[in-house]
Amino acid sequence: MIVEIGHYALALALGVSVIQALVPLWGLSRQDRALASVGASAALISFALVALAFACLVASYVRSDFSVANVFENSHSAQPLIYKFTSVWGNHEGSLLLWVFILTLFGALVALSRRSLPPRLRAGALATQGLVAVAFLAFTLLTSNPFRRLSPAPAEGQDLNPILQDLGLAIHPPLLYVGYVGFSMTYAFAVAALIDGRIDAMWARAVRPWTLLAWTFLTLGIAMGSYWAYYELGWGGWWFWDPVENASFMPWLAGTALIHSLVVMEKRDALKVWTILLAILTFSLSLLGTFVVRSGVLTSVHSFASDPARGLFILLILVFFVGGSLALFAWRAPLLRQGGLFAPISRESALVVNNIFLATACATVFVGTLYPLALEMLTGDKISVGAPFFNATFVPVVVPLLLFLPIGQSLAWKRGDLLGAAQRNLAACGLAVLAALALIAFTRGGPVLAPLGVGLGLFLVLGAGFDLGERIVARASGWPAMLSRARGLPRSAWGTALAHAGIGLSIIGIAAAAWSSEAIAVLKPGERLTAGRYTVVLESVVPRTGPNFRAEVARFQLFAGDRELAPVEASKRVYTARSMPTTEAGIRTDWLSQAYVSLGEAQGDGLAVRLYDKPLILLIWIGALVMAIGGTLSLTDRRFRLAAPRRAAPLAAPQPAE
Amino acid sequence: MTAAQTTPLQPAKRRVSRKQRRLAIIAAAGTVLALAAGLVLFAMRDTIVFFYGPTEIAEKGVAPGTRMRLGGLVEAGSVQRGPGHRVAFAVTDGKTAVKVSYDGLLPDLFREGQGVVTEGVFEGAGRFRADSVLAKHDETYMPREVADTLKKQGHWQGETGAAAPARP
Repeated sequence: MIVEIGHYALALALGVSVIQALVPLWGLSRQDRALASVGASAALISFALVALAFACLVASYVRSDFSVANVFENSHSAQPLIYKFTSVWGNHEGSLLLWVFILTLFGALVALSRRSLPPRLRAGALATQGLVAVAFLAFTLLTSNPFRRLSPAPAEGQDLNPILQDLGLAIHPPLLYVGYVGFSMTYAFAVAALIDGRIDAMWARAVRPWTLLAWTFLTLGIAMGSYWAYYELGWGGWWFWDPVENASFMPWLAGTALIHSLVVMEKRDALKVWTILLAILTFSLSLLGTFVVRSGVLTSVHSFASDPARGLFILLILVFFVGGSLALFAWRAPLLRQGGLFAPISRESALVVNNIFLATACATVFVGTLYPLALEMLTGDKISVGAPFFNATFVPVVVPLLLFLPIGQSLAWKRGDLLGAAQRNLAACGLAVLAALALIAFTRGGPVLAPLGVGLGLFLVLGAGFDLGERIVARASGWPAMLSRARGLPRSAWGTALAHAGIGLSIIGIAAAAWSSEAIAVLKPGERLTAGRYTVVLESVVPRTGPNFRAEVARFQLFAGDRELAPVEASKRVYTARSMPTTEAGIRTDWLSQAYVSLGEAQGDGLAVRLYDKPLILLIWIGALVMAIGGTLSLTDRRFRLAAPRRAAPLAAPQPAE
Repeated sequence: MTAAQTTPLQPAKRRVSRKQRRLAIIAAAGTVLALAAGLVLFAMRDTIVFFYGPTEIAEKGVAPGTRMRLGGLVEAGSVQRGPGHRVAFAVTDGKTAVKVSYDGLLPDLFREGQGVVTEGVFEGAGRFRADSVLAKHDETYMPREVADTLKKQGHWQGETGAAAPARP
C-alpha cells in the first residue's frame, strides 16, 4: 500500500508541476496577478507530494520490502539501519528521486520567500522551476520508476554495492545534489528575467543568496566525495581528473564565477548580460554532469553499470533546457538595459579578470572531459585524457588568477589604486616568498614546485588575513575600537576572506602531496615497512564477522620516527550477499598529515601491504570546509536578510567593500 | 546605487567609453582564451593516451615503447603471482592475447574472466608493462571500451544486472 501511495503521489506531482509550469506564464502574459501567483501554491503542493513519495520509498527500504524491485536490487535485510536508509539514493532510481525531491524543495523555498522577491520575477522563476520538475518527474516515472513491483516477492535482497555501504553515501550525494540542483534556481531566475525583459541590481540581490547556497553545498559535496574516494578506494588518491569528478567541478568553477559577477551587478549595476549567460551556463553544466554520470558515455573510475536508453532521455532534457534558454537569451538579451561603466583599475575590473580566468579554466576542463567523446565519434579512436593534460592546461590558467587574487581583493570599488593594492600585499607576498625559499633550502633535492605551491597558498591565506586585519585596525585606536570595527564589518567581508583563505589552505595541501611517499611489501607478522616518516609493524591478522560481511583484519603498530602512534587496522572484507571484496584502508591522522595503510592479497604466509605517508593532506579538505564556512557567512549577511522589493540600498552609509 | 549616480561622464563621451571598455574586455578575454587554446592544443599532442584492444595493437601497428591503455578480459588461468607483489596475467579479446606484467596491488574487483583496463607501455612482441590497473566500483560494470573491443571480436555476451552510479 505504501508503495502505491508513493507511486501515485509521484504521478500527481507531475500533474501539479505541469500546472506550476504553465499557469503562471499565462498569468504573466495576461497581466493577471491571481493566475501568476498560482505557481507558489503549485510549488508547495508539488513539494509535499514528492516528499511523500520519497518518504514512501524510505519506508519500503527501512522495512526491507523486497516486493519493490528497487529495494530488492539494492538492499539486504541484514544491513545496518543507516545503510538501509542511505541505500535509497545508492542507486539510479532512488538518486533521481532525491534529485527531484531537492528540486521541489527549492521550488517550495522560493514560493515561501514571498517578501524578498519581486512578484513577477517569482512567478517566472517558479514557472521555469516547474518545467524542470516536469522533465525530471517524467524521466523518473517513464524510465526509472523506483516503485516498480516484483511478483512473486523475493525473500531476500541483493544487497547494496559494498563500496557504497559507508557513511560517505549518507553525506556526499545529498550535499552534492543540493549544490547541483540549487543552481537550477539561478537558472530559473535568469530565464524569468529574460522573459520579463528587465534586470537590475535588485535581481542580483535576489539571486545571490541562492547561488551562494548552491555553491556552498557543492563545495562541501565535492570535498566530501573526494575524501570518500580517498579512504574507500584504498589507493590513496583523492582526485583523478575523472569525467565524473570533472562533471561536478565544472558547475563549481562556473558557479564561483557567477558569485563574483553577481557582486559586480549588485554593487555597480554592470555585467548584466554576462551574468545572465553565466547563470544559464552553470545549470547547463549541472545538467551535463547528470548526463555524463547517468548515461555512462564516458568511462570513469567511478562508473557503475548504466542503461543507454536513459542516457538518451537525459540528453533530450539537456538539449531542451540548454538550447531553449540559449535561444531565449539570444532573442531577449538585446532588450536588457545596458549596465553601468567602470574604470579599468577597480574592484569591478578585477572581478571581470576573475570571471575571464574562471570561465577559461572551466573551458579547459570541458574540453578535456568531452574531447574523448568527440574524437571517438569523428575518428573512432578511443583515448583517455588524464591528469597530465589538466596539469598542462588547467593549472597554468588558474595560477595567474590566484596570484592576482589578493591584489584584486584589496582594490577599491569604482577607482582603485593598483600600486597601493600591490603595496598592501607586499607583507603577505614577502612572507610567502620567504617561506617558499626556506622550504626549498630545507628540502633540497626534493620537488621544486611543491615549495612554490605552498608559497602561493600561504600568500592567499596571509593576503586574506591582512586584508581583513587592515580594515579592522585602520583608523581605529585601542582594542575596544578595533573590536567594534570587527563587529561592524559586514559578514560578507568575513565570508570573502575565509573563502579565499580556504582556497589557500587547499592549495598548500595539494602542493604538499609532492612530498608524499609510498612503499609496498609482502609482510609476515612481526615484519616492518617504512614509507616517508612512518613505519608499520604487522602485529596480527584476525578474522572478524560484520552484520553482512566477513573480514580479515590486519593490525599494525605505527611509528612516526621514534614516536609510537596509536595502532592502526586495515581490512579486506567480503560481502556475503554479492561475494564481493572491498578494501578498508587504515588511516591514522597525525596532526594535518596521515599515515595510510591498505591491504593487497595474502601471498603464501605473507600479506601484501601498501603504506603511504601523506603530509599535510588534511589541509585539502579543511580548506574546502573553510570555503564553505565563508560561503555560509556571506549567506547570512545583513543585506540579504533585509532585502525587500522596490527598496534601494541605503546610500548614506558607504558599505565597506566586500 | 544606479549607474547614473555613479558615472559622472557625459552621454557623448559615454558611448565611446562603453565601446572602449567592451573592446578592452573582449581583447583581454580573447587573449586568455587564445593562450588557453594554445595550451590545450599543445597538451593534446603528448598527454593523451590511446586505448587499444589486444587485436588492435597488431592491426594498427602500435610501435613498441608507446604509452597506451590496454583493455579486454583477464584470460582464465593466466594470473601468476610473485615473486613479492609482482603479477603477470594475459589480457584477451577472444582472438589475441597480450601478456601483461604489473608491480603493485591489484584492485579488489580484479578477477579472471572479467573485464580489465590497464595503463602502461607496450613493449612489443605481445608484451605490456602496466603501471596501473584501473579499479571498478561495480561487479557488473564493464568499461565501455572493453565492451566495444569484445563486440568487435564477436565475444560479447551482454551485461547483466543494472546497478547505477551513486557517485555523481
